[in-house]
Amino acid sequence: MTDDNTVLPTSGNLVIIGNGMVGHHLVKTLVEQGDASPWTIHVFAGENRPAYDRVHLSALFDDQTPEDLCLSPAQWYRDNRVTLHLNDEVVEIDRDHKTVITAGGVRQDYDALVLATGSYPFVPPIPGHDHENCLVYRTVDDLDAIKRCAGNAKRGVVVGGGLLGLEAANALRLLGLETHVVEFAPQLMPVQLDETGGALLRKEVEALGVHIHTGMKTELIDAGEQHTLRMNFEGQAPLETDMIVFSAGIRPQDSLGRQSSLELGERGGIVVDNQCRTSDPAIFAIGECALWNNQIFGLVAPGYTMARTVAAVLNNQAGDFTGADMSTKLKLMGVDVGSVGDAQARTAGARCYRFQDEVAGVYRKLVVSEDQKYVLGAMLVGDCDAYDTLLQYMLNGIPLPDNPASLILPAGDAAPALGADALPDGATICSCHNVSKGAINDALDGGCCSLGDIKDATKASTGCGGCAALLKSVVDAGLEARGVEVNNHLCEHFEYSRQELYHLILVGGLKSFREVRDTHGKGLGCDICKPAVASILASIHNDYILEPEHVGLQDTNDVFLANMQKDGTYSVVPRVPAGEITPEKLMTLGRVASKYDLYTKITGGQRIDLFGARLEQLPLIWEELIDAGFETGHAYGKSVRTVKSCVGSTWCRYGVQDSVGMAIFLEHRYKGLRSPHKLKFAVSGCTRECAEAQSKDIGVIATENGWNLYVCGNGGMRPRHADLFATDLSDQQLVQLVDRVLMFYVRTADRLQRTSVWLENLEGGLDYLRQVVIDDTLGIAAELEAQMEVVRERYQCEWRTTIDDPQKLKRFRSFVNAETPDQDIRFVRERGQPRPATEEERSDLIETVSV
Amino acid sequence: MQWQHICTREDLVAGSGVAALINGEQVALFYLPDQSPPLYAIGNHDPIGGANVLSRGIVGDVNGELVVASPLYKQHFSLLTGACLEQDHVSVPVWEVKLDGDKVLLRPLPAALNRTGT
Repeated sequence: MTDDNTVLPTSGNLVIIGNGMVGHHLVKTLVEQGDASPWTIHVFAGENRPAYDRVHLSALFDDQTPEDLCLSPAQWYRDNRVTLHLNDEVVEIDRDHKTVITAGGVRQDYDALVLATGSYPFVPPIPGHDHENCLVYRTVDDLDAIKRCAGNAKRGVVVGGGLLGLEAANALRLLGLETHVVEFAPQLMPVQLDETGGALLRKEVEALGVHIHTGMKTELIDAGEQHTLRMNFEGQAPLETDMIVFSAGIRPQDSLGRQSSLELGERGGIVVDNQCRTSDPAIFAIGECALWNNQIFGLVAPGYTMARTVAAVLNNQAGDFTGADMSTKLKLMGVDVGSVGDAQARTAGARCYRFQDEVAGVYRKLVVSEDQKYVLGAMLVGDCDAYDTLLQYMLNGIPLPDNPASLILPAGDAAPALGADALPDGATICSCHNVSKGAINDALDGGCCSLGDIKDATKASTGCGGCAALLKSVVDAGLEARGVEVNNHLCEHFEYSRQELYHLILVGGLKSFREVRDTHGKGLGCDICKPAVASILASIHNDYILEPEHVGLQDTNDVFLANMQKDGTYSVVPRVPAGEITPEKLMTLGRVASKYDLYTKITGGQRIDLFGARLEQLPLIWEELIDAGFETGHAYGKSVRTVKSCVGSTWCRYGVQDSVGMAIFLEHRYKGLRSPHKLKFAVSGCTRECAEAQSKDIGVIATENGWNLYVCGNGGMRPRHADLFATDLSDQQLVQLVDRVLMFYVRTADRLQRTSVWLENLEGGLDYLRQVVIDDTLGIAAELEAQMEVVRERYQCEWRTTIDDPQKLKRFRSFVNAETPDQDIRFVRERGQPRPATEEERSDLIETVSV
Repeated sequence: MQWQHICTREDLVAGSGVAALINGEQVALFYLPDQSPPLYAIGNHDPIGGANVLSRGIVGDVNGELVVASPLYKQHFSLLTGACLEQDHVSVPVWEVKLDGDKVLLRPLPAALNRTGT
């Protein structure tokens, strides 16, 4: 006898049914564990779009599109080799043959199967509920149907006064309908709120013009006289309406479990154990379709926890789902509502504190243990400021202060909020991604030094976002404890931020590092402040960077006007404006590369990079390049690099403007500008965007009427789409705005801060940048332009200046006392070109020599 | 060991470094005219980056200690002791160096005083 059936394989085909938030989270967790995953993943989705943020569905009634809510586009699945079947529902699980079968006839074998089918809206079986104007509110398609129906409607009714019902009511309100909510219970949100809380919420919602009917049981829906439908209630006058949205709770989508005879709960739900395993050991269930300990978890955070549990189990690691906190906080029609733990005080012996302010519309209830030592729960309506603190008290069992009521009393005479310091390391800060305070501190120790870094590294606050404020305070406190945040000083030599130092240098008219240090700093300086000050001086005065007073400040790349590679050799990148190059110049590059045996590669910025030049070869190489008409490309500097372009209207059938011409113009205009970090541009000749301008610091896209300007995009480590800044600009308007944006960035960014991060940290964001740059609210636009003019006037090709100065050329030798090159630089050939020898090859080479 | 004449003052770059070859070994020479003494010599080989580049780093001070930052991965090496500030047990050799008029003279530090001498 074998027990093959009970042992889960550790590799093979993993089929995931359902591509909602939880199903997607499982895929993401598995993918992020790296290439080593032994599972081939197949995802089947009933909807026709990849997973999206259902929690924020109502954002579609603001200005968001379904694409904005998308969690990962289809391309992401392809990139990660996950097969995603959209719009093809699984209709049968054949457990005997370990196969799933879809409505479209696809058959897929599985070694492990995960059901993440979620839930469906419960529609009470009221006669007439199947009228075409009776709808539900769960998917993007549901919303589209609601929008369509609302187009011909004047009045709409939502059945259900819970959380989702009020969301749906808000949607109808935003669609311009006279909106009614019909609730069976005697109050709104009966699950989360008590009578007082429900009454307050009702008052606030009614003030927005929504009609609330509680204690109403719908008996029949039939045709109306004034409106399409008529709702008839038990013992109440009927209500006519043009459409009805049912939002009376959810039911687990367990039909596949039923079809395949998995164990189900009495009232539905697929029974799972602590590993989220169903009664079939090869099948798991997670999210709202899963029944754990006789509970369905209708929030996204517990679903995510289940997804992580299954990911761990699939990878043969320990994973345990042991229930989840159902605390929640949200804004319903502008009213803050929060519910923590046992908000209804159902625990035996629980005692309550209540605070109510009818004038301001605020209600807070604190539920404490019988011995009044611990928080059991809390209820908040009208103001959720206390939510984070109360949640942490409850989750971490933090002892109550002497006067527990102070936790819910108005600020002023209240106890101080629970600071981040008071939380234990194990405190969960982000429940969506299960990030603890300890994990955040680890990330800070690991080198994260901003809120953005922490979000990237830990994913904290990237789910529902409810913990944003708490996360910020934990990060701030953590940084403060590490001496980072309180002090945005450049380094130990300057007690100023880069922006402050910039201002001091500009206003004081300082011209050298020595002056700056003597006036505002201390010590000798270091590899942090010296290049930073050099960059500031260059962007104000644009002196030759190798002047004796500047040379010691520069990074090696700037000193030798080339890019140092791992073996100490350099690469050479001449400027090829906009990527346009004559065949003659191209041949020159080939000839020079061949002569000095340089590894040759085309760069992403449409230039040619020549690698492997030794120090003493750099001037020789550049003499030949300058003779052929090349100039330095500033690839070595924190400065303007390239302006990439597509071929534009000159050749392209689709181009609407001369993108190459504009790119050449821009590259010559801004070349040599030194900045806090490198700057990349691109110009596309039409909206097809072949130059990928939206991933650049400055992106320009041609329109029929001129140019659209995009700013602060980034590729690289942390991609960011550039923001559309201004549209249909003339050439002149375009450069005026670019002048201003760039100089404002140069003046105000932190050291080594790319434009993307700069904009994200700029208080007021894009709107503020527009105000400063377009509306000139600070009155500095003319100054910014004038400063750019100075930089432009003082441009020089640094290589030409260097070649012409024998004194400067003296530095370009490997040794001051020997003509020999550095013997440790060794190359081997690969694909017909040189490359640095590896450690191993190097010892082989040496052995060969010594034999 | 005898002092060796390596180069002259004008071969040096104030506030920065140059490389020299002594008995087949590469030395990074730093000239800090404001400091006393003004000359420092440590190994040019960066043991972490694995290339001969320390002479091309930026000099400065970290908590009062004179250092050069490797241009490859930015670790700091003490100009006085050769010790790496970021990684224990990593260091580069140190030479004695002085100016005789405009002549730059160099000799190895006795092995006992050199962290890498063992």
